[in-house]
Amino acid sequence: MTRYRWLVPTLYIVFLMLPIYWLLNMSFKTTNEILGGFSWFPHDFTAASYVKIFTDPTWYSGYINSITYVAINMVISVSAALPAAYAFSRYRFLGDKHLFFWLLTNRMAPPAVFALPFLELYSAMGLFDTNLAVALSHCLFNIPLAVWILEGFISGVPKEIDETAYIDGYSFPRFFVKIFMPLIGSGIGVTAFFCFMFSWVELLLAKTLTSVAAKPIAAVMTKTASSSGYELGLLAAAGALTIIPGAIVIYFVRNYIAKGFAMGRV
Amino acid sequence: MAKITLQDLAHSYFPNPMEATDFQLKPSINHEWEDGEAYALLGPSGCGKTTLLNIISGLLVPTRGRVLFGERDVTELPTAERNIAQVFQFPVVYDTMSVYDNLAFPLRNNKVAADHVDKRVHEIAQMLDLGAQLDRKARGLTADAKQKISLGRGMVREDVSAILFDEPLTVIDPAMKWELRTQLKELHRQFGHTMIYVTHDQTEALSFADKVVVMLDGEVVQLGTPQELFERPTHTFVGYFIGSPGMNVLPARIEGSSALVGGHEIPLGRSFSAVDGSEAELGVRPEFTRLNSAREGLPVNIRRVEDVGSHKVVRAEFDGRQVNAIVGEDIEIGADMTHVRFDAEAAHVYANGWIVDSDQRRRRAAGGAH
Amino acid sequence: MEKTPNQRAWFMVLPVLILVAMNAVIPLMTVVNYSMQEVFYGTYSFVGPRWYIDVLHSERFHSSLIRQLIFTGTILAIEIPLGIAIALAMPRRGFWASVCLVLMSLPLLIPWNVVGAMWNIFALPDIGLLGYGLNWLGIPYDFTQDPAAAWFTVVLMDVWHWTSLVVLLAYAGLQSIDENYYRAAQIDGASRWAVFWYIQLPKMSHVLTIAVLLRFMDSFMIYTEPFVLTGGGPGNTTTFLAIDLVKTALGEQDLGNAAAVSIVYFLMILLASWLFYTITMQRKSR
Repeated sequence: MTRYRWLVPTLYIVFLMLPIYWLLNMSFKTTNEILGGFSWFPHDFTAASYVKIFTDPTWYSGYINSITYVAINMVISVSAALPAAYAFSRYRFLGDKHLFFWLLTNRMAPPAVFALPFLELYSAMGLFDTNLAVALSHCLFNIPLAVWILEGFISGVPKEIDETAYIDGYSFPRFFVKIFMPLIGSGIGVTAFFCFMFSWVELLLAKTLTSVAAKPIAAVMTKTASSSGYELGLLAAAGALTIIPGAIVIYFVRNYIAKGFAMGRV
Repeated sequence: MAKITLQDLAHSYFPNPMEATDFQLKPSINHEWEDGEAYALLGPSGCGKTTLLNIISGLLVPTRGRVLFGERDVTELPTAERNIAQVFQFPVVYDTMSVYDNLAFPLRNNKVAADHVDKRVHEIAQMLDLGAQLDRKARGLTADAKQKISLGRGMVREDVSAILFDEPLTVIDPAMKWELRTQLKELHRQFGHTMIYVTHDQTEALSFADKVVVMLDGEVVQLGTPQELFERPTHTFVGYFIGSPGMNVLPARIEGSSALVGGHEIPLGRSFSAVDGSEAELGVRPEFTRLNSAREGLPVNIRRVEDVGSHKVVRAEFDGRQVNAIVGEDIEIGADMTHVRFDAEAAHVYANGWIVDSDQRRRRAAGGAH
Repeated sequence: MEKTPNQRAWFMVLPVLILVAMNAVIPLMTVVNYSMQEVFYGTYSFVGPRWYIDVLHSERFHSSLIRQLIFTGTILAIEIPLGIAIALAMPRRGFWASVCLVLMSLPLLIPWNVVGAMWNIFALPDIGLLGYGLNWLGIPYDFTQDPAAAWFTVVLMDVWHWTSLVVLLAYAGLQSIDENYYRAAQIDGASRWAVFWYIQLPKMSHVLTIAVLLRFMDSFMIYTEPFVLTGGGPGNTTTFLAIDLVKTALGEQDLGNAAAVSIVYFLMILLASWLFYTITMQRKSR
């Protein structure tokens, strides 16, 4: 039995790769070939779909918008979460436990519940159809996650290091930037990874809060899918391109994934 | 219970070891562990003592050589078939089970009858003073109780040939350490298992064992009783590691029956034919180093005097090297005490670290290459 | 860790508080507000708990809820054991372990609508690999027409999408088990099953609780993937709670109804997460 143990992860990975392979397959076919029948590989290999995406502003701006709001969200989430996580880890203050719990509940907030209210809120703020709106709205669930993860890492650093720094005459900001942050570097990396992940994959809020100017790629794709002229090849190519940023990010954190994201709490 | 023999043993963690440095356990180790003795396996971190222990217990298969239990070659046998018990550094208990179930586990795995299991578990629990806690979940207990459970799991099997300990008292707090050590000795006295106790703490080793095996850099350096290790260290490392403070070691040139240390003549207990001059060293324990005001022996500068309560430790130096002496509590250290004399019988000669007997034959630890 | 009391720590928490409260509190207040009003061509009138009573008696809400519960139950029953099994079968260290983990993480980073679209293309009866394959094997399969096929596809898609999360968490839990436990088990003559049941599973219980919590929550809120795949159909057979809610709120503009559903929905999730939170905190302090 042990001899065939490797079969299990292998079969699973094959299962995972099948739909992706199919997507790639489709992306290189012409619409005629797709609708004409079934084939394992494109008989009529074409990169036309990809060309269209790279040259048509409606398409490539979709990617730019998505990357933009994800990046903004990562920066906001991590920057805001760092001092908060530090506070939760090192200090006791009025209502701290309840605040922490309340924060975590927001990770559990169903976007469906918030879709309409967000629309009204961000419109009222004049932020409708901006990348900033999407970035801010994602803070709802990303910041609690960021605080939760960072708190775990920060608690792994002994308080004595803080105290030594104060004795050595560091001011708090200098201590935090020069001494503390390098120590939790991997924690910040893991947090940024998860913020990227949950912001990049989210569709509902991103679609609801935008219409033309800040339209994310996800919305461009769904619009194409529902319009007439079911261009499957184009859709497939667009989808295939969205996998790339994710793959790149995974590559950067591959060592942490291998170590099991030692999240401190996990 | 049987004699354990190590034959031509060597081990490397690399797939294709070439030189000696690739080996964790250097070729070759030949050693016999007598049936029923309590051994301490002593040495600094990285010397290979845990590797050796794991080879004996079967958790590791050695790169070279054989392990014999009595007459049986067990080198390739898995642990479960060697009837070995091993207690690890961190208490290993099955958290979800009660103390009773923990102790019963090895027996049940061997399909022992339930009433016999019950009898044995109670016997062992009694011995280890765990009787009152048999029904408690193993999870919430103190570290020493958990170590006792680990020990109990090892002893509950009646066919156990030897019990191996890998620094088992590391996580126990000092107050309990003494108690557990005493209990272990008592168990040994009662049941007579062969026990091999790995540690880096000389106090533990010397108080627990009948015989101590000292290891350094993958080699067995000396095997002997605590007294032998103290009075006649066969390697400068043993002299240094054992004793508090360790042996004084000074480079010397040996001529006949005296040693020349920095030009000063130190009389030796016997005479030596020519010893390889450059690597020769003189080794004398501080207990045999006599501070005196009669200007006899080696001139030294006293740096510090530590009063330990029962005696004083004088830390001095000669020519940049530390020379320590143990002096009685009542003795006043005067400014005129400028020299140290060495008791001739306690002065040993070492070449390349190994002791030299007066008949020139370099003595290696019993069990090394002959 | 010994925490020092310091009320000024509130300043450090302030940015987080503002950002989250803005996103959470204000919208929720809006929703609560709507849930108690009747909106009629721009005029608002207070109607109290009427919407709640309507919703709680609504056939439509009940069926969505039941569908949701069946869905969540099904995927939990598949993904948790499967994830554990895969984590157990993986090598504990080494190059291949890394490769496996990286490949397994890929589905987790694909935008959810692409997941839905990908599976749509994959499962189309005559031109998708899965659809074509199943039909070729003689199994009549058309997820656009047949509710059973639709359910099968939606569940399979979720398993494809999220099992890796369970694998990663379970794997992390396994990594934290000290080698000596396995050695002791070997010495004690324990069987493979005993090692799993008495050592591995108990030591993984913390991460598994997190995995169950996350999967329960996220599957309970699921919207995008099934929506893109089936649109909630055929008919409304795969219309889960969130899909139905969005249809009501944004599609039908039935604000009062949607708001009441939202609150009930949110309360259910809060209750479940409070339960899980309490259990994990209790476990940790033991």
